[in-house]
Amino acid sequence: MLLYALKRFGVAILVAISVSIVTFSLLHVSGDPAAAMAGESASEEDIEYVRKHYGFDRPLAVQYVDWASKAIKGDFGQSIYLKRPVAGILAERAPVTMTLGALSLTFALVLAIPLGVLAAMFPNTIIDRFALTIAVIGQALPNFFFALIMIILFGVWLRWLPISGHASWLNFIMPSIALGYYATPAIMRLTRAGMMDVLSSDYIRTARAKGLKPRVVLFKHALRNAIIPVVSFSAVQLGFMLGGSIIIESIFSLNGLGSLAWQSIQRSDFEVMQAIVLTIACFYILLTFLADLLNAYLDPRIRVA
Amino acid sequence: MAERILTVDNLKIDIPVPAGMLHAVQGVSFKVDRGETLCIVGESGCGKSLTSLAIMDLLPGKAIRTATTLELDNENVLDITEDKMADIRGNRMGMIFQEPMTSLNPAYTIGNQMEETLIRHRKASREEARDRAVFLLEKVGITAARSRLRQYPHQLSGGLRQRVMIAMTLMCGPDLIIADEPTTALDVTIQAQILLLLAELQKEFNMGLILITHDLGVVARVADRVAVMYAGQIVEQGSAKQVFENPTHPYTQGLLECIPIPGKTARGSHLGSIPGIVPSLIGEMNCCHFAERCSYASNHCHSAVVDLRPGFTNAHDYRCVMSPEQCADNLKQKVPA
Repeated sequence: MLLYALKRFGVAILVAISVSIVTFSLLHVSGDPAAAMAGESASEEDIEYVRKHYGFDRPLAVQYVDWASKAIKGDFGQSIYLKRPVAGILAERAPVTMTLGALSLTFALVLAIPLGVLAAMFPNTIIDRFALTIAVIGQALPNFFFALIMIILFGVWLRWLPISGHASWLNFIMPSIALGYYATPAIMRLTRAGMMDVLSSDYIRTARAKGLKPRVVLFKHALRNAIIPVVSFSAVQLGFMLGGSIIIESIFSLNGLGSLAWQSIQRSDFEVMQAIVLTIACFYILLTFLADLLNAYLDPRIRVA
Repeated sequence: MAERILTVDNLKIDIPVPAGMLHAVQGVSFKVDRGETLCIVGESGCGKSLTSLAIMDLLPGKAIRTATTLELDNENVLDITEDKMADIRGNRMGMIFQEPMTSLNPAYTIGNQMEETLIRHRKASREEARDRAVFLLEKVGITAARSRLRQYPHQLSGGLRQRVMIAMTLMCGPDLIIADEPTTALDVTIQAQILLLLAELQKEFNMGLILITHDLGVVARVADRVAVMYAGQIVEQGSAKQVFENPTHPYTQGLLECIPIPGKTARGSHLGSIPGIVPSLIGEMNCCHFAERCSYASNHCHSAVVDLRPGFTNAHDYRCVMSPEQCADNLKQKVPA
């Protein structure tokens, strides 16, 4: 198990380094940072001065090593637009997005797994149909549209929930539902399929032949095996959610990484964009790593691999 | 008289299918005494496995089970609640399945899976259960039993897993064990070991054993009584000696011709086979089920239901319109002495 964890961790580090190289290169190739920083009305000389001053004239590899060695120490440079250290801005914004991501995933799992299990236990019944309906609606509705409907219904008409800001936990309810609901159908269908598969397996028949209580058969013997693919899949879904947070944070005026990313793209704030992409990527890599560990804990056959 | 463990009387299993009602098992009756091995033989699809699942009340959801009597230790288990039945399963009767590779849960150690049975039924402590598991693993011939408890099913071979399954079934010291083709999925060399092991344990723990198989060689070695099933019915039933010495029903005779006997079957001679396939059991069948494939069938066989009746001796029943003598003559003509 420990060897497996170390191997996975090594892979995670390599992926993180690759992502940082790709992010850095793409952002520098996609536009001229010096021209962007100097502004639209700047002269050739001004741009040249900025290029020299910030070291953009050096080879890309040298710039990367310089940037990466600082980034490891937590120094992501200065924001060109906000004139503040990027690390400080990230520290303000990241908790909002992480909270949103965690709540969204929790919402998706809490809704999807019980529905999937119920649908598998009673296939082709009204329960199964109900779960399927929820899945179809979830897949058909774009999350920004769903978010707007919720704002009109619960924010404007019923006035139950605040529609912007992140002053209290109430502010997170609608964004989390809007973001999490989108992942629900896929997780639910995967749970249902896995559960159906496991429930008809020989070892479930064995468990029943041993006279085990239905609760034990379902949760101890069936769910543990059915949930294994759901774990890896949920980690991927959370990655999508972090991407989706750009839209949802803008709609609900949450000051998280998503809205910061959107603002920084408009402001051509390179240093901030780099740091955001890297932070989200690392968060995602960390989650995948944790999902791998959880799966290895759930399924002993994975541990030896 | 030996203590009666199981009484099955007029067991029927019907399964609704799109084309109608599938009468998978049609009035099967048998008894098992303490210390006795009953072998149920017959080809695939004749209802052997369903019969065994019906005794455990583990039939798939759609299947409808009816019976006149179903008693374990002279106690009705036919119309009892699922909760009460769950108390009996794994406790007073256990089942061993065909597929040792998939019958154990891949996510738990074999120790965990063995112990939970005893903990569930006997409120045993984890330590008591572990000691019992070690004792039984040694009984089924597994070395280093205590360390095996920490292993997962994927770390064991098929033969070892089936030994674990057997040991697991014995955890609560059941009165009856049902083994549904326990050796079919194993290597030929392992098959004999597992069967002899089952037979030994059955004698040692003085249980009733129902062994379901289509291997007549197996039956000859371990059976006290034999029930031959064909298309949802028992076509011949009796002590192993009676059935092997005086096979009466044409189907039983046909089955026995299919296996070579060392020293008796001439080298290079043709082994017997039974032409045709098992009839569809959807809808009512008002004829002898074997008539389509029987070389002695008359018009009568195709138009009337045949009942199980006594053969040469009592407690040796068969289901054919021909007299036992006629059946015996048929066999003699087929196999020149």
